[in-house]
Amino acid sequence: MSTAARTTLALAAISLAALAAALFLGPVTANVFGDDLASRTIVWDIRFPRALTAWLVGAALGLSGAALQGLLRNPLADSGVLGLSGFAALGAVIAFAFGFATFAPILALVFALGAAILVTTLGWSARGPASLVLIGVGLSSLAGGLIALALNLAPNPGALADLVNWTLGSVEGRSLEHVALVGAFLIAGAALVLFAARGLQALTLGEEAAAAIGADLNQTRALVVLGAAACTGGATAVAGVIGFVGIAAPHLVRALSGHDPARLLIPSAFAGGALLVCADVAVRLLPTDTELKLGVAAALIGGPVFALIAARLASRGGDA
Amino acid sequence: MSALLTLTDIRVTLGGRPVVDDVSLSASSGEIIALLGPNGAGKTSLMRAALGFAPIAQGQARLGDADPATLTARERALRAAYLPQRPQSIWPISVESLVALGRFAHGAAPDRLDANDQAAVDAAIEACALTPLRQRRMNEISGGEKARAHLARALAQHAPLLVLDEPTAGLDPAQSLHVADILRAHAQNGGAVVFSTHDVALAARVAHRVVLLRAGKVIADGAPLDALTSQALEAAYERKGRLERVGESLVAIFD
Repeated sequence: MSTAARTTLALAAISLAALAAALFLGPVTANVFGDDLASRTIVWDIRFPRALTAWLVGAALGLSGAALQGLLRNPLADSGVLGLSGFAALGAVIAFAFGFATFAPILALVFALGAAILVTTLGWSARGPASLVLIGVGLSSLAGGLIALALNLAPNPGALADLVNWTLGSVEGRSLEHVALVGAFLIAGAALVLFAARGLQALTLGEEAAAAIGADLNQTRALVVLGAAACTGGATAVAGVIGFVGIAAPHLVRALSGHDPARLLIPSAFAGGALLVCADVAVRLLPTDTELKLGVAAALIGGPVFALIAARLASRGGDA
Repeated sequence: MSALLTLTDIRVTLGGRPVVDDVSLSASSGEIIALLGPNGAGKTSLMRAALGFAPIAQGQARLGDADPATLTARERALRAAYLPQRPQSIWPISVESLVALGRFAHGAAPDRLDANDQAAVDAAIEACALTPLRQRRMNEISGGEKARAHLARALAQHAPLLVLDEPTAGLDPAQSLHVADILRAHAQNGGAVVFSTHDVALAARVAHRVVLLRAGKVIADGAPLDALTSQALEAAYERKGRLERVGESLVAIFD
């Protein structure tokens, strides 16, 4: 069995363990095997969908991060850094703020797609990892500004606090409907991204040499853009903005996948899922007055990881 | 002899300025063609135009019987393998995986090689003397070893035409001669090679035909000893030079 397959199996086991732990652990004690209504409600109606949502959101973000990194040949790329998450959030905010919440997932997808097309077009020939990240910073700031504008113009200011809460990113109180929604987006995104896997391997040689060995780069690009947008749109529609999982997950499994941009796709999804379930258990157990938001916790852990990778890149002169 | 590459009156412009001007060239099965000339002479642009990577302002390129611009990436890759001047391995994959990327057009992936693919990869690794390094990562080997790994990747592609941009750059004399042997073997097996180099003597030794360029124009074109006259070398490099026979080999001397 290859190292990548072993890694995936190990991460799947860790994911299952984390999901199980998420059922057992929490601020209140509940009996997982209990037959009473309170225990059943807490464990199976609250903790179970919440943990599953966290896993699926993490997997979607890990997968889209890995795919974007392969496409743009940049270990600092991910939905958050490149502005896909920001635009997905903008789409969802517009839907919520203007009273057509049912369309939030679709708008999140469409806006993430728009951002993905923009950033891959502008960043396709970016010289060095830094310039691509700067394009992403620009797009993210733009999304932030537009979200503020949407909130400002929202006809229903009562929803404001909810929306702000939601832009911080959380899987609190999510139901099986949310699980189904992000699951469907993840499956669609994964199918698209996995079709691009060989093209991502070819891109290891750089653009022109990839074309010279026979890779259809337009196809690879379209598949990754659509796949990453689906993953990000779905994840953001149910959980709000959660950053850095898409950078941390591929980083954790890259060496174990032989640095191969295709072989690290599935392990990245599993790593992202495991990471986010663990982080969510942690925020539930932290003895804070108001629960720490998952997106905030992810940023607190992921931010330093991002800085570390960037510093290492800089010291090696751009060599991943 | 069938022509694997035919360039007719090619002109390539960069920012409105011609970098290749009215160059014609053909490479048939069994032939090795060397492109010579100072930096900026248009060697790279000519090769990129031949493969459809640089737009052709005027003239015609044919890979076999087809216009490279109308071929799909895969069709082109089955006709011609290309080694760029500064080949990259953005992720530090293993030498073996890099060489296996040469099998892309045959439908393979580094982690999915059939018996044919594996045989081609093994042969290319063997030919480029990379066997002891095949498990090493691309960031753990020397510059010369990297250059050989990328050449092996191009060989593994099994395309009849090899287009190699400075395949001996950064190689020591023994390794350059080793590359020359690889090019000869490819031609003897019915392939054709077009390569650029700054090593005038190596070009004279290995090529059946040399094309000496300057500022996009052909200064001299023909069998090495006929084309690389002192006048032609001086016209191209703006430096008095000559080819001299020493024992069995040729040396290029610039005053």
